[in-house]
Amino acid sequence: MADDNNQDQQEKDVSRRKFLRNSGIAVGGLAVGGVVGSLIPWGTTDNDRNQVKNQTANQKGKNYNHALMYLTKAEFQTVEAATERIFPKDDRGPGAKDLGVPYYIDHQLAGSYGFNARDYMEPPFYHGEKVQGYQGRLKRREIFRIGLRELDNQSQQKHKKKFKDLTDEQMDKMLQGFEGDKIKLSTVSPSGFFELLRSMTLEGLYSDPLYGGNINMDAWRMRNYPGDQMGYMDVIEKDFQKIEPSSLRDHM
Amino acid sequence: MAKKMPKTDVVIVGVGWGGGIIASELTKKGLQVVGLEKGEERHTEDYYMVHDELRYAVRKELMQDLSKETLTFRSNEKMRALPMRQYGSFLLGEGLGGAGVHWNGQAFRFLPYDFEIRSKTIDRYGKDKIPADMTIQDWGITYDELEPYFDQFEKMAGISGEENPLGGKRSDKYPTGPMKHSKQMDLFKKATENLKYHPYTIPSANLSENYTNPDGIARSACQYCSFCERFGCEYGAKADPVVTVIPVANKTGKFDLRTHSWVRRIVHKGGKATGVLYTDTTTGEEIEQPADIVVVTSYVFNNVKLLLNSKVGRPYDPATGNGVIGKNYAYQVIKGAATGFFKDQEFNNFAGAGALGMAIDDFNGDNFDHSDLNFIHGGYLALTQPGARPIENNPIPKGSPTWGADFKKNSLEYVNKTLSVGAMGASMPYKHHYLDLDPTYKDTFGDPLIRMTFDFEDQDSELAKFTASKASEILKEMGADQIDSMDELGPYDITTYQSTHNTGGVIMGADPDSSAVNNYSQMWDMDNVFVVGASAFAHNSGYNPTGTVGAMAYRASEGILKYNKNGGMLV
Repeated sequence: MADDNNQDQQEKDVSRRKFLRNSGIAVGGLAVGGVVGSLIPWGTTDNDRNQVKNQTANQKGKNYNHALMYLTKAEFQTVEAATERIFPKDDRGPGAKDLGVPYYIDHQLAGSYGFNARDYMEPPFYHGEKVQGYQGRLKRREIFRIGLRELDNQSQQKHKKKFKDLTDEQMDKMLQGFEGDKIKLSTVSPSGFFELLRSMTLEGLYSDPLYGGNINMDAWRMRNYPGDQMGYMDVIEKDFQKIEPSSLRDHM
Repeated sequence: MAKKMPKTDVVIVGVGWGGGIIASELTKKGLQVVGLEKGEERHTEDYYMVHDELRYAVRKELMQDLSKETLTFRSNEKMRALPMRQYGSFLLGEGLGGAGVHWNGQAFRFLPYDFEIRSKTIDRYGKDKIPADMTIQDWGITYDELEPYFDQFEKMAGISGEENPLGGKRSDKYPTGPMKHSKQMDLFKKATENLKYHPYTIPSANLSENYTNPDGIARSACQYCSFCERFGCEYGAKADPVVTVIPVANKTGKFDLRTHSWVRRIVHKGGKATGVLYTDTTTGEEIEQPADIVVVTSYVFNNVKLLLNSKVGRPYDPATGNGVIGKNYAYQVIKGAATGFFKDQEFNNFAGAGALGMAIDDFNGDNFDHSDLNFIHGGYLALTQPGARPIENNPIPKGSPTWGADFKKNSLEYVNKTLSVGAMGASMPYKHHYLDLDPTYKDTFGDPLIRMTFDFEDQDSELAKFTASKASEILKEMGADQIDSMDELGPYDITTYQSTHNTGGVIMGADPDSSAVNNYSQMWDMDNVFVVGASAFAHNSGYNPTGTVGAMAYRASEGILKYNKNGGMLV
């Protein structure tokens, strides 16, 4: 185990050296400013490295990031069920639930995105045309909560069960009803809620693991996406290359 | 009462490409310049954690905060304009360097045809080729006159490229060679050569090699890391104002750069500008900056908004066609594209650079015969490889499910087996496409927002169908097993990303009746105000705009220096 890690580290050092060569720093003569210069001292001593590794090892098995900031536990279970239908587990790899997508969604709703902090939310509010985009006064976190409640309401009405207790087929049908505005709600736009659920699922799957989803970079690995690499100078002219992913954490 | 600052020679509103270039050129010649930028200061060091698709590409970290300022939109005058509450169709820059920080780096020159579009169209096809309400006009400058400034911009930015066989004449080659070629680009090159077209490597501000420019600015080569568009470059390899022209201006000691300075009015008296009024966004304090010359260099929408709110220039009236400020708003037609699925080939789609790609100009401008076509102009067709990021790129065959088990299977299967050929379609101006002040919605300081009235026309629809069919043809030649292409452009929709290539509103021309600025970007109606940027484009070409904006900024710098010496109208 320890040896494997060492080898990992050695490979990283080699690629870092390669990168420095490519970027012209090692050649000398050119004054290259910016981040590139400050890259060199980061995490370069053995002590730094071991410290980082021990911390990671201690946390194994328990992810303290995985607790709820906004949703209730019941709402969270509905999110788990719904996102898993959007990106289910199969023989290619884990689904949304095991990849931590529901935590990603909870955390995002608790933050500036949930509060539409960088959107124009000034009145007056009028119904617009589809080409004019969202014109409601509700914030994403409110839409999401209402949408989850409506999922359960519709499930109760039709199947006398909560959404999370439906069969896979029943859940899919229900979600299709929302997606296509086939059900009528007086609260939020069913397709608007579904689109938010779907886009946040994709975000949680494929964003850097620092946001709580894409656990262990397994969603990237599934699609051969290398994540955060220094560059692809040596790859760009070549045939397809499979590269073990790296994350922003590896940049610290 | 506003606090009054000591008078300066020149005050610049907005410090992006336009403002940066002008600041460097004027301060080098000894002029005292104040640069007002409403956003924050930026450094290359800020981008250590930039490989973050969610933060930068999806949540738009580098873009203007819409809660403070946006615009309103309607498809036509019968509709109620409503605010663009969230980002979609285009992304507004903010902060030092402006949109010049988050661009991809594709640095084209417009075609000779573009600058004389009306005359050349009439010469070849007759007057009837131009629809009655299409307001195309010549720009009051020719390609040959602008050529030296293109060259100046390319040398400053270190543009990497090779000659476009169907482009305008060049006085010199690109300062650095073309970018590396990926397998995808080779495939496109071979296919378009087989079809007897004229492929060339896209001119790129992502440096192909280490480069020192004539101002002595040294930058390192691009690493093909695939985080350009919507990101700042942590290597300083992508030319942006922060790593090129702004340091040059700073070094002179003549440039007083003030960030967090939101300009709200041009102050004027007796037909001359006397300075600008701005708000310090950190304190709310109102400040007046007197100046001999005012240069407006923010984005298209803000240029128009500032002039209208300041009552500088004659506002455009779509009913009569009179007036010029807000006239000829135009955009880009990029949906006429096709995607090919390759069953047995896999590509490094994750790798790339913002301006990495191959293009052909065989269907751009008037490089082909339009006699039997229901549109004018065209666009370049290209295979670009900016590096496909995973949240935003999940290619699946048309008509297949967008979520669920089959979506997962398809999206994982095709992610590295899909290539697209796109088109950068030109957008023509119409009498009823324009920008004016919104009667209802306000920005964070209570000033009216700009209102856009715009929709796609038959011209756009025909053009998109045409480029989509050509894109399919190329993908077929490239050996795609399945090809999906656009079949109907549909109405303009502000919610889906298209391009940040908004143009017009303060257009350049040969006479004051039909244009707002002369070919030095000097306002006809107020000779000590210069308005620089894509707002000067009288129509939008089939290219990305930055190369032409850069050239015009160098031309304007020369004009401002002349004006500073002799005064009066320069043309």
